[in-house]
Amino acid sequence: MLSLHAARKSFGAVRALVDGSIDLYPGEVHALLGENGAGKSTMVKILAGVHRPDGGEVLIDGRPVVLSDPAAARDAGIAIIYQEPNLFPDLSVAENVFMGRQPLRSGRRIDTSAMHDQVEAVLERLGVRLDPGRISRGLSIADQQIVEIAKALTLRARVIVMDEPTAALSAVEVDRLFRVVSALRADGAAVMFISHRLEEVFSLCQRVTVMRDGRHVVTKSIGELTVDEIVRAMVGRELVQRDVVTRAETGKTVLRVERLSREGAFTDVTFEVRAGEIVALAGLVGAGRSEVACTIFGIDRRDAGSVTVAGRVLKSGSPNDAMAAGVGFVPEDRRQQGLVMSMSIERNIALASLGRLRRHGIVLRAVERSFAADWGARLHLKYGRLSNAASTLSGGNQQKVVLAKWLSREPQVLIVDEPTRGIDIGTKAEVHRLLVELADSGVAILMISSELPEVLRLADRILVMREGRLVADFTGAEATEELVVGAATGQPSGARR
Amino acid sequence: MARDVLGAETTPTPATLAGSGDLGSTSGSQGRHVPRDGRIKSLVRWEGGLVVCLVAVLVLGVVVSPAFLSSANLLNMGLSNGEISIMALPMTLVVISGEIDLSVASTLGLSSSMIGYLWLHGWPMPGIILTVLVMGVGLGAVNGLLVTRLGLPSLAVTIGTLTLYQGAGIIILGSTTVANFPSAYTNIGVAAFPHTDLSWSTVIFIVLAFVFGVVLHATKVGRSIFAIGANKEAAIYAGIRVKRIKTSLFVVSGFVCALAGVLYTFRLSTAEYDNGTGLELNVVAIVLLAGVSIFGGTGTIIGVVLSALVFAGIQNALFLTSFPQEALGVVIGGLLLASVLAPGSAELVQRVRLAVGSIRRRTGARTR
Repeated sequence: MLSLHAARKSFGAVRALVDGSIDLYPGEVHALLGENGAGKSTMVKILAGVHRPDGGEVLIDGRPVVLSDPAAARDAGIAIIYQEPNLFPDLSVAENVFMGRQPLRSGRRIDTSAMHDQVEAVLERLGVRLDPGRISRGLSIADQQIVEIAKALTLRARVIVMDEPTAALSAVEVDRLFRVVSALRADGAAVMFISHRLEEVFSLCQRVTVMRDGRHVVTKSIGELTVDEIVRAMVGRELVQRDVVTRAETGKTVLRVERLSREGAFTDVTFEVRAGEIVALAGLVGAGRSEVACTIFGIDRRDAGSVTVAGRVLKSGSPNDAMAAGVGFVPEDRRQQGLVMSMSIERNIALASLGRLRRHGIVLRAVERSFAADWGARLHLKYGRLSNAASTLSGGNQQKVVLAKWLSREPQVLIVDEPTRGIDIGTKAEVHRLLVELADSGVAILMISSELPEVLRLADRILVMREGRLVADFTGAEATEELVVGAATGQPSGARR
Repeated sequence: MARDVLGAETTPTPATLAGSGDLGSTSGSQGRHVPRDGRIKSLVRWEGGLVVCLVAVLVLGVVVSPAFLSSANLLNMGLSNGEISIMALPMTLVVISGEIDLSVASTLGLSSSMIGYLWLHGWPMPGIILTVLVMGVGLGAVNGLLVTRLGLPSLAVTIGTLTLYQGAGIIILGSTTVANFPSAYTNIGVAAFPHTDLSWSTVIFIVLAFVFGVVLHATKVGRSIFAIGANKEAAIYAGIRVKRIKTSLFVVSGFVCALAGVLYTFRLSTAEYDNGTGLELNVVAIVLLAGVSIFGGTGTIIGVVLSALVFAGIQNALFLTSFPQEALGVVIGGLLLASVLAPGSAELVQRVRLAVGSIRRRTGARTR
C-alpha cells in the first residue's frame, strides 16, 4: 500500500538517513526498530511531510507521490500519531477531531450534533468510551492519542504511523491501545509501529524492519525472528574493542548517590563513583539519565534520597552548593544550557570561575582574558578572537568552551551529558582522550551517552537505566552491546544467559 | 589535579593560536553568525552615535540660547533631570537582566507622600529619610519576590505595583499638600553642591553611575547580570543564583527610587500624592536610548550616562525655545521609538548586505 524506498536525508554534515526503506501492507502492523539515531524519526518525518528526502521515493499503491508538506501527507491518507499529541486543550474532543474541517449546516454554521455523532461512531468502532463533548484539557496522553487516531479515521487515513505511542502509557493504557490498533488492522489499515519495547512488538506486530545508522538492515515477518536476532540486528556493529584496558587503581568513593528520587522522572537511584573512575549511565532517551544528572548538580530539586560528594551532603536544588563541593556539569544542550551564545568566548570560559578571578571584588578584563587564553590553549580551542561571541565557534569548539569552563574549576566530580553529541570526529576523539586523562588524574567522571561505542570504550562501569530506574550494573570488561541494549529495552537477550 | 595533566600538554603561543583560530572560524558557518558578532561591535557604534548626538544637542543648545552652557542653566538642567537619571541606573541593571521595573515613579511618589505624612506627624527629618529609604527597600523587595518566587512577568507585576504604590500614596496623604519643610533640607533640592555648579542630584548621579558602572562591568555580579539576561538557563547551569540576583536588583531599584523621592520632594519643597507621576516613561526612554536591549543581555553604564546627558540637553534646549512644554511627550516618545528602531535597522542593513552578497556569489558561481 505504501512504500518508502531508499530514502536519504542529511542535515548539514550529519547523514541521518542513508537508506530508509519500508513497505506497509493493508491489515498489517509493521514494527520499525532501531537504536537512538538509527533514522526512525527521520523516516516518520518524511512520511509526515515534515522533511523532504534528499533522494529515494515514496510510493502509494505503486505510484510515486511527493509529500511536500504535512497537508500533502494527510491528503495522501497518511496519519501520524506522535508520542505526545498536540491537542487544542480548550476545545472539545469532537472539535479537535474535526479541526479546520467541521461539518457545516446552512449559513456556514458548525453542525455540532453531526460532529458529535460521527466522533461517537468512530470511537465505538475503536471500542473506546470517551465523551465527544468533553473538553480536551486534562485528557490522559493515552486518551489524547485516541483522539488523534479518531481524527485519522475520519480523514479516511489508510496508513497510520505511530511513533513510540506506548512510551508514556501505563500497562492498562497500552492494552487498550493494542485493542484499538488491532481494530484498525481488522479494518484494513496499514500501521507502522515504533517502539523500544520488544515484547510489545512481538505481541502486536506481524512484520519487523530493523534500522541501524540510517540504513535498512532487515525486514522479516515476526515468526522468522527471535529477540536475540533483533537485538543483534539493531546493534550490528563489530564489537568495540576497549582501548583503555585497565586504569591504575581507582581511588576512594567521591560521589555517592543514595536512593535518589524525583517524582515523574526517576526512582530510587543508588550508585557511587570513585576517584579516577569513569562511570557511564546508559539507557534509552527518556529513561531518566539526564534528569538524574540535573538533580545531582542541583538544577532540579530531589524528592528523596541524598547526594554526597567527598563526605559532604549536597543541598537539594543548589548548583552553587554542588559547585562548591567540587562538582562540574557539562549539560546536554550546549546551545541553551552550556553556553551564553551571545557572550564572548572568554566570558563564557570564565563564567563559573569569576569568584576566583576577582581581587577585592573586581574582575579585571586582562585577568579574565589570560585565564581564558590559558584554558583555551590547554584544550586546543580554535578561535578567532577571545572577544568573539561563542556563537561564532563550530560545535566541537563550543563544547571545548563548555569543558574549559568546568575544567578550569578543577572539579573532583565531572558530570558530562552527551559530551560528543553533534561534534566532528576529530574533536570527539580529543574529548574522549581528555576524559580519560582527567580520570587518570583522579577526577570522578559520570558520563551520560546514547552512543554505545563511546560508552563501551570509555567506561569502567556501565549503569543502565530503564523507565526511571537503575536496572543493570556492568563492569567495563564484561559489558557488551547486547547486554546493555537488552537491559535498556527490558528484553533480556540470550547473550545475558 | 586536572591542571597538572592538562598543563603538561603543549601550550601554543598566542601568535600560533590566533593563526590557527582564523582557520577555525573560517571553516565554521561564518556568514550565519555575523549578525551576532556584529551586535557586540554595534554596541561600540551605539555609544559613538550617542556622543555624536550629544555634540549635536550641545551645538543646538548654544545656537538656541547663549545661556545654554551658563552655570545657572547647567544647574537647572541637573535639577530637572537628576531624579530620572538616577532612577535610570538601577533600571539599566534590571533591564539587562531581562526584566523591567515600571513602578519606579510610583516608588518615588509614595516616598514623597511618606515624607509628608511623617513630617506632619512631627518626625525628625533624619528619621524620616531613613524610614523612607527602608520603605524603598521593602517596595523593591515586593516587586522582586513577586517576580522571582512566584515566577510572574515583571512587566505585569510592576504595572500592578505602579498603581498599587500610587494608591498607597493617596491613602497616606490624601489631597493634603505638605510644604513646610525646613530650608536646610529644601536647599539640598535646589542649591548647587558646595564648590561646584552641579546640583546635589547630579553629584549623586555621578557617584552612583561610577558605582553601578564598576558593579556592572567589573564584578562577578555584573557579569552574572549579563549572563542572566542573555540566557537565563545557561546562567542557572553555570551556578549563578538567578533568583537572588534578580530580587536584589529590584531591591536596589526600590532603594534608589526612594532616594530619588527624597530629592524630588526637597526640590519642589512639596510632598504630594501625585509627585513623579508618569516619570517611569522618561526613565525607560533614557535606558533604551542608551542602547540597552529591552530583551536583556546587553547595555553599558557609559551609554546610560551619555543618554541621560542627551536627554537632559534636548529637554533643556527645547525649554529655552518657545517649544510648548506640554508637547514634550512627543520628543520622549520619538526618542523611545528611535532607540528601539535603530538597532533593528542596523541588523536589517546587515541582513540585506548578507543577502545581496550571497545572491552575488550564487549568480557569480552560475555564470562561471
